[in-house]
Amino acid sequence: MRDVAVVGFAQRQMQEFDGSPTCVELLVPLFAECYEQTGWSRRDIGFWCSGSSDYLAGRSFSFVQAVDAIGVIPPVNESHVEMDLAWAVYEAWLKIQTGEVDTALVYAFGKSSAGLLRRTLALQLEPYTMTPLWPDTVSLAGLQARAGLDAGLWDEQAMAEVANRSLTDAEKNEYAVRKGGSSVADLLSRPMYADPLRKHDCAPVTDGAAAIVLAAGDRAREVRDRPAWLSGISHHVDPMSMGTRDLTRSPSTARSGAALDLDGVDLAELHAPFSHQELVLRRELGLGDDVRINPSGGALTSNPMFSAGGIRIGEAARRVWAGESDKAVAHATSGPALQQNLVCTLDASTGSTDGGDR
Amino acid sequence: MSRTLSAPVTVAFDYTRSTGPVLGRFLTGLRDGVLVAGRTSDGEVVVPPPEYDPVTHAATTDFVEVSPTGTVVSWSWVAEPVAAQPFDRPFAFVLVLLDGATKPFLHALDVASPDEVSTGMRVRVRWRAERTGAITDIEGFEPVTDPAPPAPGPRSTLDPVTGVVTPVALDYTYAASPEESAFYRGLAEGRILGQRCPTCAKVYVPPRSACPADGTPTTDEVELSQTGTVTTFCIVNVPFLGQRITPPYVSAYVLLDGADIAFLHLILDIPADQVRMGMRVEAVWKPREEWGTTIENISHFRPTGEPDAAYDTYSQHL
Repeated sequence: MRDVAVVGFAQRQMQEFDGSPTCVELLVPLFAECYEQTGWSRRDIGFWCSGSSDYLAGRSFSFVQAVDAIGVIPPVNESHVEMDLAWAVYEAWLKIQTGEVDTALVYAFGKSSAGLLRRTLALQLEPYTMTPLWPDTVSLAGLQARAGLDAGLWDEQAMAEVANRSLTDAEKNEYAVRKGGSSVADLLSRPMYADPLRKHDCAPVTDGAAAIVLAAGDRAREVRDRPAWLSGISHHVDPMSMGTRDLTRSPSTARSGAALDLDGVDLAELHAPFSHQELVLRRELGLGDDVRINPSGGALTSNPMFSAGGIRIGEAARRVWAGESDKAVAHATSGPALQQNLVCTLDASTGSTDGGDR
Repeated sequence: MSRTLSAPVTVAFDYTRSTGPVLGRFLTGLRDGVLVAGRTSDGEVVVPPPEYDPVTHAATTDFVEVSPTGTVVSWSWVAEPVAAQPFDRPFAFVLVLLDGATKPFLHALDVASPDEVSTGMRVRVRWRAERTGAITDIEGFEPVTDPAPPAPGPRSTLDPVTGVVTPVALDYTYAASPEESAFYRGLAEGRILGQRCPTCAKVYVPPRSACPADGTPTTDEVELSQTGTVTTFCIVNVPFLGQRITPPYVSAYVLLDGADIAFLHLILDIPADQVRMGMRVEAVWKPREEWGTTIENISHFRPTGEPDAAYDTYSQHL
């Protein structure tokens, strides 16, 4: 396997983006930041991959238009996933493993505010017996939260603790669209939004984009003293149906985590768009109290569709660059109620003995 | 004023899908007023039946009817329903363990407030009077009250359900980019505005947020001439839904003088078979009182009568 690291990361998040659903004008400055961080130009990027969905904002072929932000003379090696940025990272990591390229810039964008997000997402469900009922994202998460409450696996106090810690940490995140912690008692005194969920248990609708730069071996070392090495990456999927899986568990997260070496992890960025989902993820990944969870504030404070999962990887990576973490785990989710999950580790050391391509 | 122009748009489409034998069996059951479950190799009774066994991966062939009455195992209150959900008033989504099944079933519960729902409560299916073989043949669940309403009569004489049609309509607020917005605002003043790439000096009309060749934001606004050259064209002979002009007519790429990219418009006021590459044309505007922030302000392009442009002047724009 080749050693591959995250060496660049840029993000923008906002409640409502006053711009087009192609987000080209949002991506251009993100790419500029990535070039500045790496000292590269677009011609140094071996592979490009984007994540987006036209359903989000009702614009067809927006990912084709978004390529304008790259500049394609001479032509570029480019791909797209109808998934979160984290899965674009996975494709780029694979591309680098093939040996065809040494560097990649992956990006994702989405203007969730153009439609009614919780309704639009019903189109990702099973089309015969689910979509015609238009089960919205919040309701499906509510069914999951209730299952855990009824089973005594968590209580509303534990959910509010997650929200309060996230809102407090988000005060230090300039991109968070919801921030400001108070107290668990204050949060619990707020009204129900979708019983058993209060507003602060649900991620805010967020517009935004993000970009991540990956590089192999010495290309990574020439950019940073402490590249965040992707020492493991794994993803799995659970059944779509809400009735055939235990909603209080996430076997796909557990299985992805089991494929990695999580020993020594000191920081986790978990993509939990609902407060109880963080509790599920912590359990499945076996994260102890000594692991710092979501110092960015996490998805509960800012959850741009198609980039929020990848942003977890970027947030974890920049803490490795800064020496705040020696080994971090990042997680991304997709689908209803934690159906699909990707987990990766970001390490200050490669684990390689020869320090380069193997 | 907002940086961008926006307008409401609805994207609507009827998805037509074949069901296959397993879901077809389930939906045929719904049309007949019965709930068909599948029995899996590990002994679970699952509704709707899975198409393939989760353990052996064999197609599901063992079907069993389960009761329309069951127990709520989880619920979530919908205070603000969205369009096309089972009820347009507040309700609960529920997971119901139907009597005879071992895995819960997702649908809606028709009660007026969250105080009327609890895990463990008994509920029963309320059937729609006119059923077509769709999940919406169930209006929703309702709390069990006595006496039970009469069960629907058998309708097994009909053909099995083999397909479903699911209408999907999504409402958006559609925004133009800041550069496109400037273009449309220019049109409302009778001007055609483009932008120049600061790197390669190419002029794009309509303007784009970044030069597609260089990836650099296009910054300098350029007002373009209203005359140009036909670079390439097609004669439209095929009628289609919403067509406003009787075929045959010409749709052409027009390279405005001073622009580096051609844009699509109509060529009228000349027989279709006389339109040619290199023909010089000019914009014909609608009466000013009909103008808005739209490309439709320009009705079409017509010949100027000038000599045709030399091929070399547009050969790089084909």
